[in-house]
Amino acid sequence: MYRYSEFDTAFLAERNAQFRAQVERRIDGSLTEDEFKPLRLMNGLYLQLHAYMLRVAIPYGTLSSAQMRQLALLAEKWDKGYGHFTTRQNIQYNWPKLNDVPDMLDALAEVGMHAIQTSGNTIRNVTADHFAGAAADEVADPRPYAELLRQWSTDHPEFQFMPRKFKIAITGSENDRAVIKAHDIGLQLVERDGVLGARVIVGGGLGRTPMIGKELSEFVAFDDLLAYLEATVSVWNQIGRRDNKYKARIKITVHEHGIDAIRAKVNERFLKVRPQFKGADMNLLEEIKGHFAPPTFREASVASFESAYTNDPVFRSWVDTNIAPHKNADHAIVTISIKKHGQTPGDATAEQMRVMADLAEEFAYDELRISHEQNVILPHVHKSDLPAIHAKLKEYELATANIGLISDIIACPGMDYCALATARSIPVAQEIATRFDDLKLEHDIGHLKIKISGCINACGHHHVGHIGILGLDRAGVENYQITLGGDATETAAVGDRTGPGFAYDEIVPAIERIVDTYLTQRDSAEETFLETYRRVGMAPFKAALYPEAQANAA
Amino acid sequence: MARAFTPKVVTANDLLEGDVIYQTEDDRWSRELSEAELITDEAHAQVRLLDASRQANKIVGAYLADAVAGDNGPEPTHFREDFRRTGPSNYAHGKQETSTQPRA
Repeated sequence: MYRYSEFDTAFLAERNAQFRAQVERRIDGSLTEDEFKPLRLMNGLYLQLHAYMLRVAIPYGTLSSAQMRQLALLAEKWDKGYGHFTTRQNIQYNWPKLNDVPDMLDALAEVGMHAIQTSGNTIRNVTADHFAGAAADEVADPRPYAELLRQWSTDHPEFQFMPRKFKIAITGSENDRAVIKAHDIGLQLVERDGVLGARVIVGGGLGRTPMIGKELSEFVAFDDLLAYLEATVSVWNQIGRRDNKYKARIKITVHEHGIDAIRAKVNERFLKVRPQFKGADMNLLEEIKGHFAPPTFREASVASFESAYTNDPVFRSWVDTNIAPHKNADHAIVTISIKKHGQTPGDATAEQMRVMADLAEEFAYDELRISHEQNVILPHVHKSDLPAIHAKLKEYELATANIGLISDIIACPGMDYCALATARSIPVAQEIATRFDDLKLEHDIGHLKIKISGCINACGHHHVGHIGILGLDRAGVENYQITLGGDATETAAVGDRTGPGFAYDEIVPAIERIVDTYLTQRDSAEETFLETYRRVGMAPFKAALYPEAQANAA
Repeated sequence: MARAFTPKVVTANDLLEGDVIYQTEDDRWSRELSEAELITDEAHAQVRLLDASRQANKIVGAYLADAVAGDNGPEPTHFREDFRRTGPSNYAHGKQETSTQPRA
């Protein structure tokens, strides 16, 4: 875990004091809303549909138990007893009051957390593989580099007034769990001839114009990486379009100029920028690495785990679904589902946060992670502790065995909270989860990712869902478009639209018809939804969704 | 030909609470759409919006929202305004909790 330096602590205290004074001046009338709005957004404070919303960064998704407990405290003391974990590994509070926000920020600072650059046209919270440091398939832990990027990008003088926001994701594995191809810059750590560096992907993004990122460089050594990234952001900062916010993201710049032209410009800029990096960044990285040293994994028998696995079917089902391989064979990675059927995806109560913090402290070397898929992870757990963890989770409705299944849905807040939304997402997610739970089909259906966005900005990643749902406003009525075949991993793909959208009360039955079609079409229980879709294509799904059109064409 | 004016209410968010509020005929801010002044004249609507915009130390983001006359005061014509007057659908929070009048 990264520990704040004196510099970090002093910087945050000063920022919070400034914001406290700005809030006071807004309330006493010295600042108008037009003057205040950019200031509050710099500190993560939005005004949404029914209330203010405070977005707190969880850098690279990593939390200690003390930090998780503080998030619970904020939820209880200044919100309505819960928090919402987002698709960018942040947490959002949906009901803060303006004059409480400075106290909330001070409370976050006590545990080394903040809401800086969670909004605005800056480099946002750097996200990372939620299994970082634990995954069996990892080249190196990406979090020290993510922390270096956080320090580099925070208050970076050149990057405070960019054409648009800028999002970076980083992974240490070939198996991409961080959706690096749908970010402005995606980094994959790779090793070449014993030298650690990164493959750099640029120009990915979802939203109005979804694009899969392109390879800018197949390898940049760590020594040069920060200079290379500074050159990349700097090229876009100069030539990115400021005339039209819908064309301002780097994906459009890459698309308009072509990846080869962008690469040439970056290389040219890199030669100018490189001499400014004299190795201080590498010294800092070495120091940061020390903060992320892996725990000393305890050694013990796994017999109690094996006996529980054999004898308790509920435990076995949870292990089969929610546990991933750890780099230490006696350990496991536990994904705690905060998506019990019918609940709001990503919401956790203060009590649940404390329970997860307690489990992390007692069994998981004091570490927790938040995934972009809106779940909570205990990255390092000795297998003999799994039965006790499972028992505790059950008591607090946290033991749902649905990771990677149809009810493990990503959903943005949608029109229940968000001022930008054009339709609701949360109730659609709740109803799909409840429906398939009632049908008891979830485990038979197997690996299937549904992702729902309540507007074209695609916070719910619908383009890369195996089934994507996009809620729109069509002539004053909620209408839902469906895409199929999207993929958020290393084989990233944007899904294909099925055809006309569905009304609010038609969307769940439409999803059911898609799933029925998959179950009929798959060649075995092992063939996943995505594999089946890639083999049979859109036609059978279209036929099931639009029988009238088929009849008319016949 | 300019499009015919459709009835409006002046709505905003409370500066401190963030809650959705509506301008009443007697110049209060109410949490209830049913108490809002339903404006049927375009020139009057602009004046009332100006009245609202001057109260920057109480409210945020005033605008004119479409509404129609109902049995119990103005009713929304679009689902977004229906959600704004009600609150979220996943929890009984916001206006669905015991009401208190906003400070504005």
